[in-house]
Amino acid sequence: MQKANTEQAQLVKEISNVDTRKCMKCGKCSASCPSYEEMDIRPHQFVSYVQNNKVNELMESTSLWKCLSCFACVERCPRDVKPARLIEAVRLMVIRQKGQNYLLPDEVPELLDEEVPQQLLASAFRKYSK
Amino acid sequence: MIYSYYPGCTLKNKAKVLDKYARISAQALGFELEEIEEWQCCGAVYPQATDEIATKLASVRVLNSAKGKGQDLVTVCSACHHVIKRVNDDMRQNEDIRTRANNYLQLEEPYTGETQVFHYLELLRDKVGFDTLKEKVKNPLTGRKIGAYYGCMLLRPSSVIQFDDAENPTIIEDFIRALGAEAIIYPYRNECCGGYISLKEKELAGTMVDKIMDSATYKGAEEIITACPLCLYNLKKSGEANKLKVHYFTEILAEALGLKDE
Repeated sequence: MQKANTEQAQLVKEISNVDTRKCMKCGKCSASCPSYEEMDIRPHQFVSYVQNNKVNELMESTSLWKCLSCFACVERCPRDVKPARLIEAVRLMVIRQKGQNYLLPDEVPELLDEEVPQQLLASAFRKYSK
Repeated sequence: MIYSYYPGCTLKNKAKVLDKYARISAQALGFELEEIEEWQCCGAVYPQATDEIATKLASVRVLNSAKGKGQDLVTVCSACHHVIKRVNDDMRQNEDIRTRANNYLQLEEPYTGETQVFHYLELLRDKVGFDTLKEKVKNPLTGRKIGAYYGCMLLRPSSVIQFDDAENPTIIEDFIRALGAEAIIYPYRNECCGGYISLKEKELAGTMVDKIMDSATYKGAEEIITACPLCLYNLKKSGEANKLKVHYFTEILAEALGLKDE
């Protein structure tokens, strides 16, 4: 399991192009995150998990579906760590697996109302499905 | 001046007024928007992963089309602007992405990020000028208290988007003042509305919208303007807070220029 986790951590770093060693654990990313209270693993912890090769836990985290890609954490990080890119990389590792899509086309009709903009559907499919 | 124009998917359907008033206002202000032929959806979210190329190609095609005409590219939707501008930056800065995208597209000449991308608001500020805009106003919006809602995609990451100061932007407030209204500045104007999460988790988006609406109301706004169809949808549909009127910025532009249908 540990070896798999190490390999996965390397994959996260490759997909994200983030150097987790730059993080100085100031917590500004989590303090800026509008989804903070909904996340089981917060942005600053996310960085630490990758650094410590604990990627299996991240792949099971609900935080993958709470990140808004609003880039507040990216903008406000004093060390340019880009936590959003790490979350994106792990999220992709999940949905790229067969059967792991978070949104299925069959679910969509009951989620619609007359005013739902096309932009919402396009972005949700990009984020929740491969 | 003629600009290549990328409206994006939503402006052809649920956000037709955003598109319509952008076009007729442009004519009145002395520039022309020439819609790119056969454009494709930008995908609405920027593909952040280093190994995603296919999801960037629609943007590269649009950028290359503008380059072919020797025109700058104009967007109106915040999401389209965000995606296309960031992909353009990738094509300029990232050799790996540039090579793989060009290998895929097999263009007559490789695209390397030559096109300049402007948001419509940037044209108003940098090309038309807010002083000139003010002179063209026929129906000043005197007495209206309007809050700008920037959201996230117009501003961040500022190193790439380079739209305005990401933490203390002023462009939309200056736009509001040019139209004769009072610009209401409130703390949550550059925080996220919940974005795409409102499809599956409306409650979470609602907590964010409530903070934005409460913040704007507390500071005295009576209406809010935005450039983003998803922001407009979320501000109208999510949350429980006292709802202010929400419009696209092009609606009040056309109104002030005397071009808006009643």
